[in-house]
Amino acid sequence: MSGENYKIGNRQSAIGNFMKVSLFVTCLVDQLWTSVGVSSVEVLRRVGCEVEFDKRQTCCAQPAFNTGYLDEARPVARRFIEIFEESKADAIVSPSGSCTAMVHHYPQLFAGDPEWLPRAQAIAAKTYELSSFLVRVLKVEDVGASWQGRLTWHDACHGLRDLNLKTEPRTLIRNVRGAEFVELEHADACCGFGGTFSVKYPEISVAILDQKIDAIERAGVQAVVSGDASCLMQIGGRLSRKRSKVKVMHLAELLSHR
Amino acid sequence: MNHLSSETFGENAKAALADSHLRGALKNATSLFGERRKAAAASLPNWEDLRSEARAIKDDVLSHLDRYLEEFVGNAESRGAKIHWARDAAEANSIICDLAAESNARIVVKSKSMTTEETHLNAALEAAGMQVVETDLGEYIIQLADEPPSHIIAPAIHKTRGQIAELFNAELGMPLTDDVARLTSTARATLRDRFAAADVGISGVNFAIAETGTIVIVENEGNIRLTTSLPRIHIAVMGIEKVLPRFADLDVFLKLLPRSGTGQRLTTYQSYITGTKRQAGDEGPEELHIVLLDNGRSRMLAHPVTRQSLACIRCGACLNACPVYQQVGGHAYGSVYPGPIGAVITPQLMGIEKSAQLPYASSLCGACREVCPVKIDIPRLLLHLRAEIAPRKGKLSERLAFKMWAQVMMRPSLYKMGAVVGRIVQRFVPVAKAWTNGRDLRPIESKSFHELWSDE
Repeated sequence: MSGENYKIGNRQSAIGNFMKVSLFVTCLVDQLWTSVGVSSVEVLRRVGCEVEFDKRQTCCAQPAFNTGYLDEARPVARRFIEIFEESKADAIVSPSGSCTAMVHHYPQLFAGDPEWLPRAQAIAAKTYELSSFLVRVLKVEDVGASWQGRLTWHDACHGLRDLNLKTEPRTLIRNVRGAEFVELEHADACCGFGGTFSVKYPEISVAILDQKIDAIERAGVQAVVSGDASCLMQIGGRLSRKRSKVKVMHLAELLSHR
Repeated sequence: MNHLSSETFGENAKAALADSHLRGALKNATSLFGERRKAAAASLPNWEDLRSEARAIKDDVLSHLDRYLEEFVGNAESRGAKIHWARDAAEANSIICDLAAESNARIVVKSKSMTTEETHLNAALEAAGMQVVETDLGEYIIQLADEPPSHIIAPAIHKTRGQIAELFNAELGMPLTDDVARLTSTARATLRDRFAAADVGISGVNFAIAETGTIVIVENEGNIRLTTSLPRIHIAVMGIEKVLPRFADLDVFLKLLPRSGTGQRLTTYQSYITGTKRQAGDEGPEELHIVLLDNGRSRMLAHPVTRQSLACIRCGACLNACPVYQQVGGHAYGSVYPGPIGAVITPQLMGIEKSAQLPYASSLCGACREVCPVKIDIPRLLLHLRAEIAPRKGKLSERLAFKMWAQVMMRPSLYKMGAVVGRIVQRFVPVAKAWTNGRDLRPIESKSFHELWSDE
């Protein structure tokens, strides 16, 4: 079955079927957490997708956009659009709610630009965060993963509030064999990362983070899972500083585990 | 007096983080307000519809503000109110000081009003020789302590019960007690006497109804009812954005405001004031003056993106929900309006020169947008303000860093090289002290995903 013959979202199950996906790995995962990228590829292939990776990709432009440097953000965003426009893939999938949300903000970045606005809208429409792609598009709720232990989920803000990801990651986690899932107290509270905020106001960032760390410690888990490597670096950096035994794990890593 | 500046937000915040009393008080209050709000919102099946409806009404008001204001003014005047237009804070204060002076007022009682905090009216009245008494319990506490409010609806939220007991002991000579009822009744007894002696009562306004000329004020303590009815003269101060077209529009706002603010279904008191008393023997003041304040609002109105900040009904829900506010409280912002909405409206009211740090005092988590009863997209407005601030006020090092960043991200060869350099640098130099003071830094991978993909 060819990737061009069906429309995204119309299928009951992708397992055993074929869909072409272009991976947007994000610069953070590329440089600091490659196992998230490797795991994403593994999970997507397992559910029947063909995965391509365009090596010209760099960053979605979020750091500049969120700090107020739009003149620097726009060329980087335009480059992202150009690269992914060339792809024949059915969907662009990323293991990050935050970077996916940034791509969804492209139309805002090019508001009033008759050339780039429609191109930004077209790219935004086919860009998905990993868990939403699996559950909403492919209708896959069980990726055949297994992991032994007690774990919890942190709702990363942009995935939760910009992409409305709440049930999708939980559904996938609940179907991981051997994993005992517990809800985190105030799972939807910010971890204090906030991009450049984390280094502009590091004391406030860590004060917010400590609320999250307390909740994780009270949950009595072996691992805390989330959908964004940035939040996990923030949470993991503090857990490690506190010599905590709790591990941080990206959703893709959990889902690839067997 | 504890008046911090927005220009030193970072330092203010650090001091706040070191204050354990403050953080304890904030944690209790913001989580209590937050939980109550959540329960109150959940108790209505159509909460989301109400938010959309309220926003639609506000959008209509803001698109036709001139018309609704004229209608309000005409109807209020025909019922005996006197209208005063004030271009800015100084003009508002001088109008009010003149009104008080003309009536030979010596004592002025005030009910809680953020708008008069914005104009710093108390200082102006005191300079004109008037004794000003704040009658809202929270405002009374901070007036005794000589502090500005630290929350839009709970001005003394930063104070613990123990601190208030010490304050009452020092200022009112009351024996130390942590019995809230006794503290409150002492304040009440002191304030009753002031109400009876006051010549002028000054209040804010929650809503002004165009079709009837009515001003509506909500409260829980009864002090607003007294402020607006006992003294001979009532002066109400309102921002020009407070007008609503129809009386029926109150339905949605009176459902949203108390639930969002304190988690109440209804406030204890709602005062509806339409003009002055009609004949001798009627209740109420002889004169009603309504001061309509612009103070930067028409400038905000003119801008299509920031216009929505004028939809704010001052419920304070975004403060309680904000992870930054929860940690540092209101004083750190150094502005009359703190928290997420304060970070949005302060730069617009005061100009970005003195408040350039405030739009960055946010992790952009979006909790504020989620709770806002009128659906103000606060993160979007913060980003909009950041885009105005960064190119003009950003540190040179930061501006250069983002220029370099863009160059690197535009060229895969540079990007690859940058990663190699980064790996070496991170191994030997503690690059990011701001990060590593509180958190361990994840090491850069020895091979990037790009390289792993090639190896495959």
